[in-house]
Amino acid sequence: MRVLQLQVNGDTLETAAPVHWTLLEVLRYRLGLVGSKQGCDKGDCGACTVLLDGKPVLSCLTLAANAVGHEVTTIEGLAPKPETTSEPALDPIQRAFDDCGALQCGFCQPGMMLSARALLNTNAHPTRKEIQQALSGNLCRCTGYTQIVQAVETAVARVSGKTEPDCAWVAELARDRAQIDSAPNEASPSSTTPGPGAPS
Amino acid sequence: MKNFEMALPNSVDEAVGLLPKTLSDDRARLLAGGQDLLTEMKEYLVEPDLVVNLKSIPDLDGVVWASDGSLEIGALTTLASLEKDASIAAAFPALVQAAASIASPQIRSAATVGGNLNQRPRCWYYRSEDYPCLKKGGTECFSYYGKNRYNAILGGGPSYIVHPSDLAPALVALGAEVQLISPRGERVLTLEEFFVLPSEGDVLRETRLAADEVLTRIRVPAPAAGQRSIYLKFKERDAYDFALAAVALVLQTDGDKLASCRLVLGAVAPVPWRCTRTERKLAGRPLGEELVALAAQDALADAEPLSENGYKVPLTQGLIAEAFEALTI
Repeated sequence: MRVLQLQVNGDTLETAAPVHWTLLEVLRYRLGLVGSKQGCDKGDCGACTVLLDGKPVLSCLTLAANAVGHEVTTIEGLAPKPETTSEPALDPIQRAFDDCGALQCGFCQPGMMLSARALLNTNAHPTRKEIQQALSGNLCRCTGYTQIVQAVETAVARVSGKTEPDCAWVAELARDRAQIDSAPNEASPSSTTPGPGAPS
Repeated sequence: MKNFEMALPNSVDEAVGLLPKTLSDDRARLLAGGQDLLTEMKEYLVEPDLVVNLKSIPDLDGVVWASDGSLEIGALTTLASLEKDASIAAAFPALVQAAASIASPQIRSAATVGGNLNQRPRCWYYRSEDYPCLKKGGTECFSYYGKNRYNAILGGGPSYIVHPSDLAPALVALGAEVQLISPRGERVLTLEEFFVLPSEGDVLRETRLAADEVLTRIRVPAPAAGQRSIYLKFKERDAYDFALAAVALVLQTDGDKLASCRLVLGAVAPVPWRCTRTERKLAGRPLGEELVALAAQDALADAEPLSENGYKVPLTQGLIAEAFEALTI
């Protein structure tokens, strides 16, 4: 066992873990931060992606000892801390993933969003190709990636105050959602207009 | 993976003092970025009792330009920092192209240059616990009669692995040297000499690194006047993959002639495969389609494909042609 002092999401946390434990294992099984997913656990899938000093790394291929002295950001720390407890704060990437339906099962999503955050930290206006390259180490088995790339483009557009790219359908989605929200409780969601991506 | 003790040495001398004296002594492993070692440990291909963590040693990370225009790369420099370095991209395009082609952003953030050169083979027989292959001390290279579409077409036997590094062909083409430190002192090898064919040395290893030695620095000589370079890599998927074939080419022209070139192939042989004979044949010839065709034909003239990897011959020839065309036409 070794005592580890880690900087995680702005907090200093102390724990003890076997020397051979990875950062992922310490996050999940010592610190209770289970947002980082244990997918393949050997560097193929990207579901365990966290930021180390703002750079994306695979926490399954990082020994916890090598995270000491670095600032670790997990999905639990992606959203800015709310100034008041009542206000749920979200990173623009999180909001865009939600709005664009950029997930199905959600398992890849923490890693996807952290890879996207790492990209936007160094490149505020990435091209679609740059987004695809930045996310190339994150596998998704549900979405086919299209909505994920659109979500990142949407986050970029919103932050820079530009017209949202290819996002007529995002507006449509928002309209549908407003309809659902304002409809009486017994209304079935299937009675609303199908969203984009629905079979026509 | 098996638990281990971790040493955090403060200097290279302290690190090499912790290493075993003979290659047969398998108790210790060097850790840098861990992107290869941890996968090997998780598959129980290596089970060290001691991991010597090089990350605690200062001054092995980062690049330094010497006054003569040569570049010194610390072994712990990450691939991501190479990839983003505009001055390296200007002087040695092939090196940055090779770095950017590797794996994924996450792996490039952590993986180091030293680790990339010392990574172990990706052959699936080697990586599978179930096969006691030649590379793991067994008696047979299963790829020879087995599933060998990713294996060697040049320089194979008795093992038919291909060296998986992308940096290695680029750095060999650029004439790089490596600094190795052991308790006996320092030695410098060309990177070309550093790699060793299975038929020429210990089949369990890919390099001449001694048991108690650490690769500490890579030196890339200053580019010659008018030097151009390129690294082309063909992958089965566009992202996050090893090469099926790769070509590193460095050349200089003299008017409408090729003055000289260094042509090194990746992912086709157990070492970065330098085409010395082809380089000599091409020097002094007029630029143009004939030269490109000769380069592609001669570089693969000795290829001996296995049952499933004959496609690598025309694939590599195509990459060679593309590389010459990109730099000279």
